[in-house]
Amino acid sequence: MLTCGLAILLGVTALVAVRTVTVFSERAVARDLDSLGANVLVLPRGVTLQDYYAADTHGETLPEEYVERLTLSGLEGVDNLSPRLCVSAVLAGRSVTLTGILPRSEFQAKAAWGGAGIFARPAGCGAEADLPLGQGDGPRLLARKRIIENLAEHEALIGADAAERAGLKEGDAIELLGERFTILAVLPATGTVDDARVFAHLHTVQRLADKGEVVNAIEVVGCCKQIAAGLVEKIAEVLPEARVTTITQVVRTQQNVNRTMGNLSLAFLALLLAVGGAATAGAMYGNVSERRREVGTLMALGATPSLVLRLFLGKALVLGLGGGLAGALLGSVLAVWLGPSLANVVVRPLPSLALGATGVAVVVAVLASLWPAWRAARLDPCVCFQEV
Amino acid sequence: MPRLDNVRKSYARRGRTVEALRPTTLDIGAGEFVAMVGPSGSGKTTLLSIVGGMLAPDSGTVWLDGQSLYDLPLGERTRLRRQRIGFVFQSFNLVSYLTAVENVQVPLYLAGAAPRQQRRRAVHLLERLSLGERLGHRPAELSVGQQQRVALARTLANDPALILADEPTGNLDPDMREQVLGLLEEFRREGRTVVMVTHDPAAAARADRVLPLIAGEIRAAA
Repeated sequence: MLTCGLAILLGVTALVAVRTVTVFSERAVARDLDSLGANVLVLPRGVTLQDYYAADTHGETLPEEYVERLTLSGLEGVDNLSPRLCVSAVLAGRSVTLTGILPRSEFQAKAAWGGAGIFARPAGCGAEADLPLGQGDGPRLLARKRIIENLAEHEALIGADAAERAGLKEGDAIELLGERFTILAVLPATGTVDDARVFAHLHTVQRLADKGEVVNAIEVVGCCKQIAAGLVEKIAEVLPEARVTTITQVVRTQQNVNRTMGNLSLAFLALLLAVGGAATAGAMYGNVSERRREVGTLMALGATPSLVLRLFLGKALVLGLGGGLAGALLGSVLAVWLGPSLANVVVRPLPSLALGATGVAVVVAVLASLWPAWRAARLDPCVCFQEV
Repeated sequence: MPRLDNVRKSYARRGRTVEALRPTTLDIGAGEFVAMVGPSGSGKTTLLSIVGGMLAPDSGTVWLDGQSLYDLPLGERTRLRRQRIGFVFQSFNLVSYLTAVENVQVPLYLAGAAPRQQRRRAVHLLERLSLGERLGHRPAELSVGQQQRVALARTLANDPALILADEPTGNLDPDMREQVLGLLEEFRREGRTVVMVTHDPAAAARADRVLPLIAGEIRAAA
């Protein structure tokens, strides 16, 4: 019985420890991947994605109305949308790309009208806490997360390289396509084409370029988990006339991590089922054999077969519950202790997982004891007369 | 009380049929003390198991208090055994991890008595058998004679009308044997029927009737 209890305890310990670290590791990976920035692009159908960071410079356009369709779609797992329209302009005698962007406040309001959950983050997505929308974070968030909360008609943001080349700083005035703009902020360097760009309000750029209500691309910051779960296909359903694409490596990484961790958890679950089940079945079988005369005596004294069955199953239940609870406790402690060194994540106990694993241990112990218990219940009570 | 009508029982052993009990008819009166004697393998324990409602015969009818024992459903037969029959075993068959009082409580628990009532009755019986000082002792902490007296107390727990004793003196020294036989006689005087299987002619001589059982057959009543 001690071996059996130990097998259950170790199985549950391993399951809870690995699964707890896995859950926190998955969350950390999701957070890290989300922090990479936009990961879904909505492009005109004829455009082929050659350069992810210059995906909006092809010259073909989409109706701006697509942004509204997306915000009202109610799709879950979209952190942010960034419609973009690029036109050529001259700044301080040099050619620059003027990119029209839409501040988040404008389409977030539309999402609220529709009661849509487009900016809702389902469980398991990266941390919304990474997306503060205070004005002070504007340049940093635009560079990293394609978010700017507010942008007035004649305000502009300038990339780090463009600002350096033109010798501009925050608060300076510049002239673009014949109109004056005030530089709201100089964006931090990102190492992408954005460093050489100037950003202004989308509607201002549309008017100055006389392009109408169109955009070249809509960048979407989607929760990686939701992308893996088919967000791209859902966006394509909302926008059937557009081409919706994603960075496959990012999604594949998320999927691979999830798959590896999931497989590992399944392996430990299988281990618990196999080792715990076999140990319990063996121990209970041995216990029934050892106690044949005791069982026979109980039956001679008036115990019914169903009572004998319940006695042994009750014993298995106590064994599973005790081993399961102790294993869940030990596994949680191990996960909290080993998480930072093994997976570089801070781990906290997961009570629901601990309870679930204990439940599995109880079910395994009871199921594994069914046959030995049934055998005990079918014992010939005459064994009570046998001499030892 | 028990009555056997043409009861027969055989076993298959390594492809051969062993006649454990040849067709037997037997009537045991209420309050009678009957001893069954015979060599090993003569069918004594088979007969005791059949009378105790634990081993169905191949043919014939076993009656207890006017009811055909093996025509009853299993649950009903178990209930009847619990209420009407008490067993005494050669090796006492006490549960090793239970105390003396808990061992005596077992039949009362199985009969559904309330815990307080179980305890009161068990203590009373153990005191009656001079074991009042040993209530909390486990079997390993008791002498052989004390263990057999705990087993006898357990036998009386549900106040059975029929006591089936399988070699009750087999493991006892002469003093203890005398004590146990005295108790069985006392039970008989209380109006209980006692059926005892024994090898011991001296023990059998204490019975009202001795039934020699040879090769599964009751030869002649002594």
